[in-house]
Amino acid sequence: MRVTLQLILKRMAAAALTLLLVSIIIFTITSLLPGDAAQAALGQNATAAAVAALRARLGLDQPVLWRYLHWLGGLLTGHPGYSYSNGLPVSAIISKRLPQSLLLAAATTVVSVPFALTLGILAAMYRGSWLDRALSTTTLAMVAVPEFLVATAGVLIFAVKLQWLSALTFVLDHPTPLEFLRSYALPVLSLCFVVTAQMARMTRAAVIDQLSQPYAEMAALKGVGSARVVLTHALPNAVGPIANAIALSLSYLLGGTIIVETIFDYPGLARLMVDAVSYRDMPLLQACAMIFLAAYLGLVLIADICAIVSNPKLRRP
Amino acid sequence: MKYHQPRDAIRQAADLKRRQVLHGFAAAGALAATGRFGLAGAETPRKGGRIRVSSVSSSIADTLDPAKGALSTDYARHYMIYSGLTQFDSRLSAQPGLAVTIDSGDATLWTVKLRQGVEFHDGKPLMPEDVVYTLSRLKDPATGSQVLAIASQFADVRATGPREVQIRLAAPNVDLPVILADSHFLIIQNGTTDFRTGIGTGPYRCVDFNPGVRTLGRRNPNYWKPGKPYLEEIELIGISDESSRVNAMLAGDVQLINGVNPRSLQRIRSSSGHTIHETQSGQYTDLIMRQDASPTDSPEFVLAMKHLLDRDEILQAVFLGHAVLGNDQPVPPSSRYYCPDIPQRRYDPDRARFLLRKAGLPRTRLAVFASPAAEYSVDIATLLQESAMHAGLDLHVDRVPPDGYWSNCWMKHRLTFGNINPRPTVDMLFSLFFRSNSPWNESGWKNSRFDALLLASRSERDEARRKEMYWEMQRLVHDCGGVGIPAFINFIDASDRRLRGYFPIPIGGLMGYNFAEYVWLDE
Repeated sequence: MRVTLQLILKRMAAAALTLLLVSIIIFTITSLLPGDAAQAALGQNATAAAVAALRARLGLDQPVLWRYLHWLGGLLTGHPGYSYSNGLPVSAIISKRLPQSLLLAAATTVVSVPFALTLGILAAMYRGSWLDRALSTTTLAMVAVPEFLVATAGVLIFAVKLQWLSALTFVLDHPTPLEFLRSYALPVLSLCFVVTAQMARMTRAAVIDQLSQPYAEMAALKGVGSARVVLTHALPNAVGPIANAIALSLSYLLGGTIIVETIFDYPGLARLMVDAVSYRDMPLLQACAMIFLAAYLGLVLIADICAIVSNPKLRRP
Repeated sequence: MKYHQPRDAIRQAADLKRRQVLHGFAAAGALAATGRFGLAGAETPRKGGRIRVSSVSSSIADTLDPAKGALSTDYARHYMIYSGLTQFDSRLSAQPGLAVTIDSGDATLWTVKLRQGVEFHDGKPLMPEDVVYTLSRLKDPATGSQVLAIASQFADVRATGPREVQIRLAAPNVDLPVILADSHFLIIQNGTTDFRTGIGTGPYRCVDFNPGVRTLGRRNPNYWKPGKPYLEEIELIGISDESSRVNAMLAGDVQLINGVNPRSLQRIRSSSGHTIHETQSGQYTDLIMRQDASPTDSPEFVLAMKHLLDRDEILQAVFLGHAVLGNDQPVPPSSRYYCPDIPQRRYDPDRARFLLRKAGLPRTRLAVFASPAAEYSVDIATLLQESAMHAGLDLHVDRVPPDGYWSNCWMKHRLTFGNINPRPTVDMLFSLFFRSNSPWNESGWKNSRFDALLLASRSERDEARRKEMYWEMQRLVHDCGGVGIPAFINFIDASDRRLRGYFPIPIGGLMGYNFAEYVWLDE
């Protein structure tokens, strides 16, 4: 148990260091972007005088290093600064958007993970059969179809033609389950297309890998049914790679949903970040980047912990 | 003021002149009849109902500060919550708003009489101090105002009575009443610095404002126009993806949209529940030839390029006919100051080839910068490249992403594209984009005759003479200006068929962004 705890602590320390290093990289890269918040805000109306005045008000005339330290200090004390583009506190903006992103991600996870695992395990159990081939082809096709196509086709059929579902995803204050379904069905469906295929294929590969091990063959030779071999013998050993595949897919759901957010006009974090880039709103952009990074590291960490806990071999390096 | 006992003839003449007061509102009654109630007059607007409206963009930069409004969604939001001293009618003339009269003797010192009994959404009455505060902060560079250049002509704004404000301009400008109808000049409360909520005197109260997500307005029962507005609630959102926007309307999730691409019209027409609103406007996308760089400063080169714009082809292929032919001058045919007797410039590759040779530029390779930021410019540039080949000019289209285009590319290179939205007055259009020392003089074109005419026209109160000046200025820009204007782009909106009360105000889509106070739902 101590060894496990040490391993986990080590991982967490590494994650913290990664966060710090990446914060430097983010800050450097964002300051390399051509133009700044003052120019972006004034757009076509940016005269030299107007830009200089706005720049001074936003503190953009300060040296970069000073701005970085100021920002990092603020971040550590929970004050990520004020948005350049609308003057609101970054924390206030993000606290409105983050729950929306998490809600969409959670809904997609609830649908896609069990579905993907079932598909992957079925394909592994009946590998080589027509079912496996059909599932493989389908999942490959799902990976290949771009999500804007799925989303747009879904809107055209279910929203415009049949009018069953909503073409936009509204943020509802107290939705009934039916309202929620109407509003979220299409974006969740489009996102499931992207992530399910990935997870199902990885699950299949991991389970098949275990099934080809001698212990699985032994179990089968001893007369254990194929379902039991897969579920109680192979699957526990495949938890590590599967958890990693799930973590990678889910990390996509927080920051990679830009297309779905754009098509369904959903107020999530990904669109916020793209806005932040186009308006050179550095405090907001950096805060978003840090959230995505933290979420990614968190998910990978959880996957690692799952792997370590489920596999005693990993505890004895 | 004593008008009797004049001391001498000069004084007498001056007094006479002073008595010819310039009224800001021209023929208000007649215009209201044709503009506002022309079609909708037959029906009685129904009260109640809620609609959702989608404009073309929405982001964290959304603002409730009229001074900072930069995009159509901002303008629509501001007209929903705030009111101006004046309002546009369908011919872009000024009509009374919060000001009941706005008069001047010399077009420099203007007296504004405020409407009585107007209340802000928080119950405070409208005071002259609110007007003074609003207009004064627009010329403070620290405000970050989008109209700094225009507001800098307010030399002095002061309250001169319980319902009176005086605006002294730095130089005469007869167009002030029209300028004040622009959304950036909408009146906010004295001392407002926090724009998280919007307190205005407009038709709808701001119930929820979430930048990048939505603005929710609820009917202001104390609106200063009795009986208006009609709807109970308006939710304003912005869907940047055009096909999503059209889909959302066809699916019934939104009832009014703007920025419809001509390519989507077929789909909207085939729906029985929806209708299209198309408005001819002064919006244009122009080819900019910098006059301070070689070879674009050569008059032959400029003329050759203007002849290489295949306007008919652009009109059909790029706009599918939903635009009006342009003639390299910025005043659209729909304007009352449009000069009709300038011959239409046509596509003429032979003449262009001759001109290019004359300029000593045969077989030159040149880059032209186009970007989705300047609407339709990539398509126009592609067609131009094709036509240039016929004249022996090797144009290379450099496609630039919209992000950062205006600050890093527009007007910075020799050949770029701009996109100019309609301006309420010809004076504003000329002053911003063609006056020699304007920072947005897109091509860096310098013409002293043009500048002199511009200055003179601002104080010219005789409509006929002013028109003559504007005509000459249009000829100057057409003949030797550094921009090629192939077409004026129509605004295309679409709405649910049950939405009534719509009439075009050609300053922009969504009834010049003023839809909120006029539209109603017919269930």
